[in-house]
Parts: sequence; structure tokens; C-alpha cells
Amino acid sequence: MALLELYHYWVFAVLLMIGFYAVIAKLNLIKKLIGLSLFQAAVFLLYITMGKVEGGTAPIFVDGAIDQLYSNPLPQVLILTAIVVGISTLALGLSIVVRIQEEYDTIEEHEIQEIDRQ
Amino acid sequence: MSALQAHLPALQVIVPMLTAPLVILVKERRLCWAATLLASLCALAIAVSLCIDVLNGDYIRYLMGSWPAPWGIELKVDAFSALLLLIVNGASSLALLGATASIDRDIESSRQPLFYAAWLLALAGLNGILVTADAFNIFVFMEISALASYVLIAAGPNRRALPAVFKYLIMGTIGATFYLIGVGLIYLMTGTLNIADMELRIHGVADQRPILVAAGFITVGLALKAAVFPLHIWLPNAYTYAPNMVTVFLAACATKVSLYILLRIDFFVFQQNLSGHDFQFSYFLMPLSLLAILIASAVAMFEPNLKRLLAWSSVAQIGYITLGASLVSVAGLTASLLHMFNHALAKGALFLVLACLGMSLRHLRIDNIAGIAKQMPWTMAAFVLAGLSLIGVPGTAGFISKWYLITAALDSGPWGPALIAVIIISSLMAVVYIWRIVEIAYFKPADEQAADNQEGVSEAPLLLLLATWIAVALNFYFGLSAAIPVELADSAARILMGHMR
Repeated sequence: MALLELYHYWVFAVLLMIGFYAVIAKLNLIKKLIGLSLFQAAVFLLYITMGKVEGGTAPIFVDGAIDQLYSNPLPQVLILTAIVVGISTLALGLSIVVRIQEEYDTIEEHEIQEIDRQ
Repeated sequence: MSALQAHLPALQVIVPMLTAPLVILVKERRLCWAATLLASLCALAIAVSLCIDVLNGDYIRYLMGSWPAPWGIELKVDAFSALLLLIVNGASSLALLGATASIDRDIESSRQPLFYAAWLLALAGLNGILVTADAFNIFVFMEISALASYVLIAAGPNRRALPAVFKYLIMGTIGATFYLIGVGLIYLMTGTLNIADMELRIHGVADQRPILVAAGFITVGLALKAAVFPLHIWLPNAYTYAPNMVTVFLAACATKVSLYILLRIDFFVFQQNLSGHDFQFSYFLMPLSLLAILIASAVAMFEPNLKRLLAWSSVAQIGYITLGASLVSVAGLTASLLHMFNHALAKGALFLVLACLGMSLRHLRIDNIAGIAKQMPWTMAAFVLAGLSLIGVPGTAGFISKWYLITAALDSGPWGPALIAVIIISSLMAVVYIWRIVEIAYFKPADEQAADNQEGVSEAPLLLLLATWIAVALNFYFGLSAAIPVELADSAARILMGHMR
């Protein structure tokens, strides 16, 4: 049962591996990028879950609340930055795929390799 | 002046970063180039000034927004980061100096402002990695420089640049994300992101599984970004199809900055806190380094495309750098850091020569350059001299670092002679692949096809040639009076080893 109590780590690990698998195994470049996003999203979850304090609330200081327990806001701030990085990477990746489609008329990796070999 | 002096570590990043949007507003391509070059030279001047301040082993601290250290982000420059700052900003300035003609050829003029902006962002990102003392900050700057360099490489004239850059994007993002997982696990255990603070706090939780896993993720992720063999497969095509000047810039410094992070985190945080880590580090890195040196050099010997040939040689040279580091001694690290500097000089000069050739040749293939030394005597002479430095002939910069590497290997115990044998064999391989080009360019008469390709070939533009010869001259200057880089590398190695117990 101790294993199940750490379910958020399981979610992280499984999601990470699904994303990683898609990046490696899929030949379609868009699917690869979807996998990459999933891979990054798993890491975001790792950070978010580590900031949670049991019984803690949002870290907003209110007058009179002395013994209030707060969640750690830092991982959320970090991941806000990482999400922006992830979006930029995805946007750049997709724009490269658009350019590949224009130049090669395909976004399947093996077909691109085939064309390049000629 | 002294008020400005105190802010130099921050300005190192801010100058290129703020020039980037200004360049986009300017629109006129020559003005853009001048602004970019000026910003890069400014950054180089800052790097030199920082170098002088830390030469005696001191370090400079700078608190961002005056927030005290473990809470706010701290910038920290020591001899190690100063050495890399010198490499990065020097390579960028030298490449930009000769860039105009080559970039006019590769990139249409309406897109040039954006291209220069991406260049400045890449420079800002690399500088940011080198000055910051915060592990998460390193990740952000790593992605800034990576995204900007994907854009730079994708600007290449050949459509094959696009699949190459896509592969680089996928592998680079995986590497950076692995690093992020590692940093997250360390934060989970220690509650800090400041590297110095991490070093203290990790002691209490060392050898627990999350820290070991973090060490694994960080090492593998950064090895991927640094193109350590066998994680190098993105490198040859990315370098080959990038615009020529971008190859000069990135080949000289991009992978070395990733190695910098790897060494910094490893030696500051893990080495003294994890038992047996130095053995694991050696056993992980040394075989890979030896394979890189031998296999990549062998591939380079048979490669017909000149840019890819030098890219493979880069993979081998990264092997030398990691080999020095894997000895885990002051002498080994000194050799490793020195080789970062000297390899940047030699490979920068060689890629500049290829940019010169690329001005008149459409395809940089070995059979196209037969007899070209007659039309381009200055270019090919620069190639021969820079090639000597890559091989490591006495009197050149390349010799100094190989000498240090061999000395360090001798002291490393029973394996020493085998390591030296590998270094010498691979140097001979370098003789082969450099000589192959020299022989064809000087002694082989141009056949029909080559003559066709070489029609109207003349010497490269003056500015590009000037940049090339400055790089060649630096190879000889630092080969004959190596005091400055040796001193920097030595105090950097002492700083790194000083963190071991």
C-alpha cells in the first residue's frame, strides 16, 4: 500500500515514459512533438506535486491568520517559467515541421530520409 | 567607473540580450551587423575585465536585485566561468567580424535583422549559463541559448538543415528536461537551488536514492547536450547544414558550455558528497571519451563533406576534453579546460577557412577543392596553419593542451600508457584527415568537374580573410606564450578539485 500512497510519482514516471516512447518510436514529426510535450508536462507535475504541503493553503498572507500552513509557492513559480520554455520549444518545433512540409512535402521521418538519400 | 565595475557580471548577459530587440527594430542589415558586432565586442571586453579580476583564484559575487544569496538569484564569476566567457565572447566577436559577406550569401537581406537578433540571444543565453550560480537559472538560460541556436541553424541555405535542426531540437530538449528532472529531485531533497547552498545541504541526505537518480539524470542530460559519444548523433548534421558563420560560432563554444555545467554541478555538488562518485564518474566518462577519440577520428578520415569532416573531428576533440576531466585530478582538469580553449581556437579558425571556401564554392566537398590553393592561396595557407594546431604540432596552441593531457595521463596510474597511445594514434589520424585536404587542395590538378565548380573562384573577401588570419595568429600566439590560458585553466581546476574532500 505504501507504493500506492506515492501515486503522484507513479503518474510522473508513467507519463514521462509514454512521452519518451512517443518521441523515440513515432515516425510522424507532429506525433514526436506531442510526445515531447507530454514528456515535459510530466516534469511539470513532478515539480507541482513537490510544492504541496498537506493541509496547506495558497500562500497568501491574511491579517490574523497566525498558525496557517502554506503550500510552497516556489516550485509553481519555477514551473511557470518552464511551461513558457516548453511552449516556445513546441512553437519552434511546429514551425520547423511546417517548413519541412513545404520543402519535402511530407512529415514522415523515414520518407524524409528516403528523399535525402537520393 | 567603479560603479559600473560592480555590475559587470549582470551586464555580461544584459548587453547582448537588450541589443537583440533593438537590432530587430533597426531593419538596415549593415547597421544590424555593426550593432551586433559592437554588442559582442562589449561583451568580450567585459569578459576580459572579469578574467583579470579572477586570475588570482578569487571570485566575484553579484546579488540580483540585492536579494541575499540562497533566496535571491546570485551571479558568481570564478576562473572557470571566466575562461569559458572568454571562449564564448571571443568566438562570437571573431565570427561576427568576418560575417557580412558569408551571411549575405546564406540569408536573404530582409531576414538578416532577425538572424542577428537570434545570434545575440544565443550569446546572451550562453553568457547567462556561465555567470549564474543558480541551478534553475542555468536551465532557463540553457533553453534560451538552445532555442536561439535552433533558429540560427535552421537558417542554413540547404533544406537538409531542417531535419537536422528538428533532430537537434528533440535531443536538446530531452537533454535539458533530464537536467530539469535532476534539479527537481535535488530541490526535493535539499530545498535549495543555489549551487553553493546545495553543496552544503546535500551532505545530510547524500547517498539516498533520489540524489543518486538526480546525479544520473543530470549527467546523462548534459552529456546529451554536450555531444559526448555516443550521444553525439545530432551534431554532425546540425553543424554541416548550418550557415557557415553559425558553424564557426557554435562549434567553438556551444558544446563546451554544456560541459561546463556538467563539470560545475558534478564537482561542486556530487563529487565530495557521494561515496565512490569519482570512480563512477571516471568509469562512465573515460571509455566513452576513448571511443569518441578513436571512432570519430576514424570516421573523419573517410568523410567527403568538408564541414561534416570537421564536425566529426569536433566529436573526437570533445573526447579529449572529457578524457582530461575523467582523470579527476588537478592536472587532468587543467588539460581538459585548456583544451576547451585551444580547441575553440583551432576549430574556429578551420571553420572560418571553410566559410572562406564557401564564398566561392557551392558544395564544400573534398573533390571540389582540387587545386584550389592556386586561386585561394591565403585561405589554404590559413587552413594548413590552423590544421597544424588541431593536430598539435609544437609551437601551436593545440600542442600545449595535448602536452598537458599526456602529462596528466602519465600520472594517472597503470592505465596511463594506454591513454597516451590512444592520444597519439588519434593525433596521427588527425594528420591523415588534415593532410588529405591539404594534398588535394595543393597538389591535385583540378579535373573537369572540379574545374567546372571552381569557375570564377577568387580569394575570399578581405574582412572574412582578416578574421580567419586573426584566429590563425591567435593559435600561434597562445602556442608560444600560453601563460594566460594555462593560469586560468590551472586556477579553475584547483577550484573544482578544491571542492573534493
